[in-house]
Amino acid sequence: METKHIIMLAAVVALVLVPLILVPNAEYGGADGAAEDLILETGYEPWFESIWEPPSGEIESLLFVIQAAIGAIIIGYFIGYEKGKRAPREDTD
Amino acid sequence: MHIMEGFLPSPWWELWTIVMIPVVIYGIYRISLVTKNNPKTKPLLALVGAFIFVLSALKLPSVTGSCSHPTGSGLAAVIFGPAIAAVLSMLVLVFQALLLAHGGLTTLGANVVSMGIVGPVVAYGTWVICKKAKVPSSFGVFLAVALGNLLTYVATSVQLALAFPTAAGFLDAFAKFGTVFAVTQIPLAIAEGILAVFLFDFLVKYKGKLLNTIGAVNLPSALTRGN
Repeated sequence: METKHIIMLAAVVALVLVPLILVPNAEYGGADGAAEDLILETGYEPWFESIWEPPSGEIESLLFVIQAAIGAIIIGYFIGYEKGKRAPREDTD
Repeated sequence: MHIMEGFLPSPWWELWTIVMIPVVIYGIYRISLVTKNNPKTKPLLALVGAFIFVLSALKLPSVTGSCSHPTGSGLAAVIFGPAIAAVLSMLVLVFQALLLAHGGLTTLGANVVSMGIVGPVVAYGTWVICKKAKVPSSFGVFLAVALGNLLTYVATSVQLALAFPTAAGFLDAFAKFGTVFAVTQIPLAIAEGILAVFLFDFLVKYKGKLLNTIGAVNLPSALTRGN
């Protein structure tokens, strides 16, 4: 990992943390939900409901974590595999 | 950017579904073509798909005091073109619609059009222009992915404004939805652009030759590196 990449990752962390510091009292609800509220204000009634909903917020976050974990495992496997293929062999061990 | 289940009235949800179908079919054809000609692209496809999986699960706080998530589809578009990005985005959106009640089946068409078609087309176009203009690849990828992310949310705002124009008309509604979505998205678009460059640099280093073969990059130096 080059210095450039460390700076880049630090920038991503900063981008996520800055809002929490600048606007500490905000609700941090979802933008999707805010749009939903705007639509409901017009008196619109959704005509179709989700076939299945996670029974609670905990279960929902569990499923979100699984989604992220599946992706992260694949990315990590790919990076490790390619790096390992390229690494010099060390047969003495 | 997910439009909730049932939140698009007729004829809009049918319209976006009709727009989605041919693109996804063409994308499936493109996937079979690229994996047949270059079987070594399969892990790469899994990688860009996994990037969409991770990023679209991350709900990040933004300066507007609300949360939104990146899309990840811009990187797939840069490497494989927009049609394949549309197929991968659809897989993620179906997963989220069925298991998370996030987005929905009736709004799948609209959501695929914004995240899987508009965003990727913008990202791909930006990337092609940057390649032609010989912009350094890191900056080109950053710009392409960040713009693709942002325009995804602009597209969602347009879709909602078309379906729910206010008394003052389409533009007024667009301004309202745009404030909710696009403004929140600006810092997140920058973050996604940076993360995409991070992964792209790795790919150029280790898979440069393959990227050159499928036409994703045009780097003479990549011919001698990687496989």
